[in-house]
Amino acid sequence: MKPIEQHLVQPLIDTFKNKQIYVHLETTNGAYATHTDQTFHSAGAFIRNAQVEFSQGKLTGEGPFRVGLKMELGWIYAEGLTDFEIDEKGRLLLAGHNREGKLAIALELSEHPF
Amino acid sequence: MNKKPILVIFPHPDDESFGVAGSLIQWSNQGIPVTYLCLTLGEMGRNMGSPIFATRETLPMHRKQELQEASRLAGIKDLRMMGYHDKTIEFEDKDALADVFIHVIHELNPQLVITFYPGYSVHPDHDACGAAVVRALEKLPSQDRPLLHCVGFSHNIVDDLGKPDVIRDVSDVIDQKLAVLAAHTSQTAPIIKELKQNPSLQERFKTEEFWTYSFDQ
Repeated sequence: MKPIEQHLVQPLIDTFKNKQIYVHLETTNGAYATHTDQTFHSAGAFIRNAQVEFSQGKLTGEGPFRVGLKMELGWIYAEGLTDFEIDEKGRLLLAGHNREGKLAIALELSEHPF
Repeated sequence: MNKKPILVIFPHPDDESFGVAGSLIQWSNQGIPVTYLCLTLGEMGRNMGSPIFATRETLPMHRKQELQEASRLAGIKDLRMMGYHDKTIEFEDKDALADVFIHVIHELNPQLVITFYPGYSVHPDHDACGAAVVRALEKLPSQDRPLLHCVGFSHNIVDDLGKPDVIRDVSDVIDQKLAVLAAHTSQTAPIIKELKQNPSLQERFKTEEFWTYSFDQ
């Protein structure tokens, strides 16, 4: 993956606009967070292959970045994104890696199911 | 020990490395066959390599190769990747999972089964995996039930269960064990680096501890 740059990634998001696409979205602080620090409230969410269509998709922030996708009936957003890649299947992979290089969030868009 | 097989059931590639790899190597050296059911490919791991070389989408492929290499180094001849998805084991049907395990137990007739101690293994997949193994063995008539040794590491395990009753010295195969751990490169590179810089940290890897599960509780 490469560090996100506004002028590179915004056009990639736009290629998925106004199409039936599949979304992978996850946030995680790891299954051991509360084991390591008992005061830590562990929380995360995971959705894979949600079929959606958005009419507007925006990359914002100075880094780490945010992405918001406006749908007919709702929203999808992700924050803390740092890196991106178009993989060999043409999918847009966005990820947020923390200082230790661990994945904290992933937002991925694909025209075909993951 | 007799030469009947040993069946290891864990949810993630690398679960076998930390707690039991030394035992597996010793058994393999004694000619005791080991079958390892690894339920998932650790698809949801947060470690992407150090430096990062995997994406969320390529991580399963990397971890599969790492698991195959780690198994080879641990002397596991029969590795079965079961195709479940990381972090979903607790949401699977427990009886359906138990039935999959029973099928394998009937096939192998193992002398010993190894898994995580349900309720004392921190990660929800660990607890759910252990609980389904316990369910599987409960369904067998007691005279057909193999011995069950559980790994556990929650903070309260010794308070609740007492000290582990099986403690195995694996210091004679520590280098091989660390090689098994190192094979899971995407996950363990930072730990391996630390262990090399500070060999005293290797001490805790030289013993492996298990709680024998009692079915009368």
